[in-house]
Amino acid sequence: MRVRVFVNLKEGVLDPQGKAIQHSLASLGFDEVSEVRVGKVITLDLEGEREQAEERVKRMCEQLLANTVIESYRYEFE
Amino acid sequence: MKFGVLVFPGSNCDADCFNTIEQIGQPVRYVWHKETSLRGLDCVVVPGGFSFGDYLRCGAIAKQSPIMEEVRRFAAAGRPVIGICNGFQILTEAGLLPGALISNQSLQFVCKNQYLRVSNTRSPFTHLFRNGEVVEMPVAHHDGNYVADPGTLKELEDEGQIVFQYCDAEGRLTPESNPNGSVNNIAGIINRSRNVLGMMPHPDRCADALLGNTVGRKVFEGVLSKVGI
Repeated sequence: MRVRVFVNLKEGVLDPQGKAIQHSLASLGFDEVSEVRVGKVITLDLEGEREQAEERVKRMCEQLLANTVIESYRYEFE
Repeated sequence: MKFGVLVFPGSNCDADCFNTIEQIGQPVRYVWHKETSLRGLDCVVVPGGFSFGDYLRCGAIAKQSPIMEEVRRFAAAGRPVIGICNGFQILTEAGLLPGALISNQSLQFVCKNQYLRVSNTRSPFTHLFRNGEVVEMPVAHHDGNYVADPGTLKELEDEGQIVFQYCDAEGRLTPESNPNGSVNNIAGIINRSRNVLGMMPHPDRCADALLGNTVGRKVFEGVLSKVGI
């Protein structure tokens, strides 16, 4: 089974990369873009049962995949 | 007083720290990250570099290394821990210091000499400085932009946990003198118990007279004379 974990900087935490991309888009004429946030997608292939997997993926996020001081996460099972 | 310098795959300032400790005449040994004991050590240094290639987030993989469990116990027992640059990032990831370090606002790697104001001398690491003293230390990082939520920030201020701040030659905390966008020009903090230090600038790179600046020694020397301030 495959799960995708999305990690993003929390609202309110400045995203310098997002800012740079926003400026670059504006210089290309896409000035309707008011904010850009850059995150990551981590794809995991898992063995085992879906029910237990959910709980374990949450723990993976909390312990390693996201730093919850600055980042939020969500995940989707495929 | 015996020092230990942690070594992770990708640490690259371990030898600088080792040399600094030798300069102040103290015994020191390297501690490989897979070791599980800090027995016999009185102070632990988490050096700069790019532990585990900075993969995922700076310090995120290093915090899971076997030795870090022991570093947590060491710190909880009130013993001094110094994290420099990547070491600071590792200590925040490990939850030994509050807040986090994200990409420099400029998105550039910054490598230069930087003025710092010593903003609190009530710690083992800063008591050899004068309060408000302006010193110069090298910085070299891409992810030194310190962030913390407003509550944490207030607590850092109220408890006097902000010990080094980026400033200009006159000690003014200006946006222009801030090399990375850190909130409140924060360059270095201590924990509430005052025995864990994290700082982005490199005292280990200004400790040898050959380099023309030895101010960094004071951070290490401070630990010798007044443990547990």
